[in-house]
Amino acid sequence: MNPIRRNERSLVRDIAHARAGDKGNTSNVNVWVYDPADFALLKRNLTVERIKREFPRLMRGAVTRYEIEHLHGLNFVMRDALEGGVNASLNLDSHGKSWSYLILGLKLDEKS
Amino acid sequence: MTEGNRIFRIGTGAGFAADRLDAAVDLAHRGKLDVMVLECLGERTVAFAHRDRLADPRRGYNHLLDRRMRALLPVCHASGTTIITNMGAANPRAAAERTREIARELGISGLRIACIEGDDVSGLLSPDQPFMDEPGTIAAIERHIVGMNAYLGADAIIPALDAGADVVIGGRLADPSMYLAPLMSRFGWKNSDVAALAAGTLVGHLMECGMQITGGYFADPGIKDVPDLARCGYPIAEVSADGSAVITKLPATGGFVTAATVKEQLLYEVHDPAKYLTPDVTADFSHVEIEDHGNDRVRVSSAAGRPRPEHLKVTVGFDAGVLAEAGVSYAGPSAGARGRLAAQIVESRLKITHGLKSDIRIDLIGVSSLFATAGKANTDSEDVRLRVAIRTTSREDAELLLWEVESLLCCGPAGGGGFRGVITPAIMTKSVLINRTIVHPTFEMFET
Repeated sequence: MNPIRRNERSLVRDIAHARAGDKGNTSNVNVWVYDPADFALLKRNLTVERIKREFPRLMRGAVTRYEIEHLHGLNFVMRDALEGGVNASLNLDSHGKSWSYLILGLKLDEKS
Repeated sequence: MTEGNRIFRIGTGAGFAADRLDAAVDLAHRGKLDVMVLECLGERTVAFAHRDRLADPRRGYNHLLDRRMRALLPVCHASGTTIITNMGAANPRAAAERTREIARELGISGLRIACIEGDDVSGLLSPDQPFMDEPGTIAAIERHIVGMNAYLGADAIIPALDAGADVVIGGRLADPSMYLAPLMSRFGWKNSDVAALAAGTLVGHLMECGMQITGGYFADPGIKDVPDLARCGYPIAEVSADGSAVITKLPATGGFVTAATVKEQLLYEVHDPAKYLTPDVTADFSHVEIEDHGNDRVRVSSAAGRPRPEHLKVTVGFDAGVLAEAGVSYAGPSAGARGRLAAQIVESRLKITHGLKSDIRIDLIGVSSLFATAGKANTDSEDVRLRVAIRTTSREDAELLLWEVESLLCCGPAGGGGFRGVITPAIMTKSVLINRTIVHPTFEMFET
């Protein structure tokens, strides 16, 4: 997997894969690097502050980042981040299943 | 069990209410399974099932129960595979009776079908009950309650298995508990064996979404290619007596099992990885080891645990009116501009002409919809769809929305086509806690 060459990487998607899930109005997105050597870069790029800053209207509650060091993954838990969640959201994707690609679509800063 | 009673084989034959059936039949035929689990109930599915039951007391169970049972009962009966399912939804008794009828029609005799009840706790909760994870109480919602179901754990399922059930049908059985129960029953794990319970819960958690661990919900062309997703296989867990397991799938099926597919599922709908609460155990997945042995075989181990919570989670479903959605499409040069004009017209008509007070969502699919609130847009699309949505308790307002969007066909921008509108019933769910000592699951055996 991951045929993206080092000099062609521009998005988080180029170094990591992710899956989103929902519980009520809380979204969680787990993110895993393909190459353990990129884990430090992922952690520098995906900070709690950046997630909140990139999507200010969406991320209305607290964001927590859990680190699974030995498996080279991060789990973001984002409260009040689903426009009300499946009970209330008017988003076509009321579960926020696509939120994994919000994170993967963020620009990767190799020099961060 | 195979291999001298050392390995217990559990397969998943459905990971949600609308999951595929043909791959489950293949797995039942070739999987040499001790148990097949059919997980078919979401938080809200049970509330919708209560509405079905109110409309017809013989319904309220999974709509696909007939088809699944007709296809799987003969194969599982022949191979000695026990079926465990929550397809009973809001009416496990009717589901068990229907399953018995189907078994008789198929000429299967001596089948023992256990019906588990006791998850419906609507008589046991006070209206002053506070919500589990947000402010408020049940009474403060002031909407019609459609159902209250407690998540039952392995201890509700084990007596039925120990009594020799070939099929176990319940309602709100917790997803991982349907996997843990047969493991506890076969390996003799006790409630005090928290490490084993956590290991079995990890197996259940990984397996409960079916193909989400065998390559489903994973593919991203060019970077995460998955072989033959059209014929993806369901997962098998080969579980050892200590609870460690190999996750695999049948040969000659599509998809794959790799460390990456297992990782994505490991934290699917998990918040704190060190604190995954089920009715059976407080599981800690933060030190789980994942070893990819190749050839679709991934070993998982090292789940840890602490004792189960004192309380069970209860999902309370409330009637929430309807969701009304309607759309029209625009394509070609200036599609985006015409779509935006259509959006302005509909907004003006609904808010100003008709004085609609509900929150109105207006998206331009192809430009900005799923990520609209996240602030992302693609402005050069030549194929866009206006989508308008409201939630309301007024049927009249819902119908008005559809009418106004359809009127764009003659009264809106040039070249609009493809109107569709749909009004669907809406449910709101909230979670409360109940002391487990007042919840008393029971089982009754139905035989052919």
